[in-house]
Amino acid sequence: MELVYDVLIIGNGGAGLSAALEAKKYSDNIIVVSKTTPTSSQTSQAQGGINAVLNSQIDSISNHIGDTKKAANQIGDNETITYMCENAADTIKWLDDLGVPFSRDENNTIKKRNFGGASFPRTCYSSDYTGLKILHTLYDTCLKENITFIDEHLVLNFIKDNENNTIKGITVLNILDGVISQIFAKSIIIASGGYAGLYHNYTTNSTATTGEILNIALNIGCELENMEFVQFHPTSLKESRILISESARGEGGYLIDQNENRFIDELKPRDEVSRAIYTKIEKGDKIYLDLRHLGIEKIKESMPQEYNIIYDFTRLKLENDLIEITPSAHYTMGGIKVDINSKTNINNLFACGECASNRVHGANRLGGNSLLEIITFGRVAGKNAGLNTHNITSFNTKDYQLLLLEEQTKISNIYTQPNTMNFQDIKIELGKQLFNNVGLYREEKKLQSILGKIKKWIVSTKDMGITDKSTIYNTDLKEYIEFKNMLDLSLVLITSALNRKESRGAHYRIDHLESKKEFECSSKVSKLDNNLKVELCK
Amino acid sequence: MQIKICDILYTLEDKKESNQNLLSILFTIKHTTNRTLSFRSGCKSGVCGSCAVVVNGVEKLACKTIVKDNDTITPLKNLQVIKDLVVDIKNKNLSLQKSHAQLQSKSKEIISIEDVKKIDRESNCILCNSCVSACPVYYLNPNFIDPFALMRTYRYVNDVKENNIITKLAAVQDNGIWDCTLCGNCNMVCPSHIDIKGDIEQLRNKSAQFGYNNPNINIGFNTNLDFGFNPNNF
Repeated sequence: MELVYDVLIIGNGGAGLSAALEAKKYSDNIIVVSKTTPTSSQTSQAQGGINAVLNSQIDSISNHIGDTKKAANQIGDNETITYMCENAADTIKWLDDLGVPFSRDENNTIKKRNFGGASFPRTCYSSDYTGLKILHTLYDTCLKENITFIDEHLVLNFIKDNENNTIKGITVLNILDGVISQIFAKSIIIASGGYAGLYHNYTTNSTATTGEILNIALNIGCELENMEFVQFHPTSLKESRILISESARGEGGYLIDQNENRFIDELKPRDEVSRAIYTKIEKGDKIYLDLRHLGIEKIKESMPQEYNIIYDFTRLKLENDLIEITPSAHYTMGGIKVDINSKTNINNLFACGECASNRVHGANRLGGNSLLEIITFGRVAGKNAGLNTHNITSFNTKDYQLLLLEEQTKISNIYTQPNTMNFQDIKIELGKQLFNNVGLYREEKKLQSILGKIKKWIVSTKDMGITDKSTIYNTDLKEYIEFKNMLDLSLVLITSALNRKESRGAHYRIDHLESKKEFECSSKVSKLDNNLKVELCK
Repeated sequence: MQIKICDILYTLEDKKESNQNLLSILFTIKHTTNRTLSFRSGCKSGVCGSCAVVVNGVEKLACKTIVKDNDTITPLKNLQVIKDLVVDIKNKNLSLQKSHAQLQSKSKEIISIEDVKKIDRESNCILCNSCVSACPVYYLNPNFIDPFALMRTYRYVNDVKENNIITKLAAVQDNGIWDCTLCGNCNMVCPSHIDIKGDIEQLRNKSAQFGYNNPNINIGFNTNLDFGFNPNNF
């Protein structure tokens, strides 16, 4: 009999590791499986901070709830938003107790900074390496708790008992040696990150955020939600698309055009700031981030990472130079539909982090709420997945041998299929087309056009193969598998964007400029017999 | 412009490429010239620690390195090569566990601005393994606790939140702080500019305060060398 883990977590970012630590309190055998290595996840790039009301005499939880709901544009979920905001102080305390070195003020309390869309400064931070320090602290703690890590394993498929709509395990490709195997678990948590990587070369995200797990989950009957909502961050470096955190504006930085005129309140919600910048860039203007007036001392104290990144990648100095910026795909509000307990519509399957839709961000996310969401609901998912194992007394793994053979055959076929089109060329074109047509401004004609293109590319994948025929660390194979899922997931994104015939938050339709009452709800995506269905959850 | 990656010479014709970072060049080569080329990547912005390689003998993050004509790119040293620029990195988990580089027993101390500053730089480590690659002790003794793990142990020893310093100090005595030659190679290559050597020295001082001695000095005195008159019987 194969080993059956209690809780299997897919993804080793902030959500996955929080889930692992919490699951450990309620069950024994915890395993974290990821296609990347520990601490290289997207969480490491979250710079600015994590929102929480720590002093209710100055700020209040209802303010935090109100700001979050406002940014969500009427489609945020009252229950999950309230839970997240009410537990925010406890979340910060949990992290602080694990060892996260949050910056302090003169009164020895955790320091807060201003972020866009927030009515009070409530973004707690650790210089501007907040995500990095949280991630590494969680990792250190996981090692202390003897959590098992299986790194560089790409998930190929889920193992599901269709009769009982119950998840049983995953099939994985070991990138290191090419071996395909199955891992079984009583509870599975998907914490695999978002899908902004679809906007290849037009995103601030890591190379790993290709979103294949969402597509695989959809294919086995998992419902997705609000997939049309993609946040474009206002400030990334022009050439490299490297993120310049909102803390730069939160600390008082200006956005100026090529005539050195400010043109927008820099702390408006990200969608509004991004559109204002993009509109000017489209007209041939150049947009710069200007921090010169803040002085070197403040810059180095409050944003050392920004300072270093900008110098390393542009050789410009924040205290002297203007930094040319452009908006880039940054965060995906949509994801796997979960309830307040982080449960999906499949038994024993949970989801948390950016890959999940808790509906706390709705149509647009506030800066500082993403780290809060992944830790808050990572812990919720971990606890519930751990408790769930107590209900499972028997577990049969024998029935799934055939599935392993099927996955092995699929991979073998990739090695032998024709390779007359380079999928990397199409991936570059996909990113460009998505940014231009499913980006800050959207319209029916363009969405339909790119939908047609992607459908043709999907047909052409039979002519796209791999050149690297080895089994050892074959990134050609890994990226090909990711790419095929990226094409499918792009269809989901575009179909969802087509379906929402209104403008709301980050989803801005130039052919439907107003928000409409009938769309004041989430959109749900499901797949039945290979037919994609997008409907409104009234 | 020509660069050599793992003994294969690549000619880069596009002039634009002369201003690009190494990671972008690696992607271009993989997409156009050699699709079998394997390397790790992640954030593209110097914080995930995935893309460390050796450029002309010196450890660098590929994403932060501008390529020059005749550059030679090789995988990190002291770690087993899996393929091309990819090395075996399971040392990370092992050494961090061995050195107890975690908060083990939370104190109730109030944390001040200064307390956070004391561990600020150390907590910026991105676990890129550059220090391991540059370490001459690790080259001679694979059991040597990785420099980043020693540094991270100091980060927790120096953290006022930590009550259990003794276990940590005990964990880094053998194949640890006293075996380091304090050559400073780790400092030279650390992309997060952490004073790893200084931290190891601090760990030695702290260890001495808790009664540990440098075993290498004792070895010197315990040999059969005749130092002549020895009234105190050292």
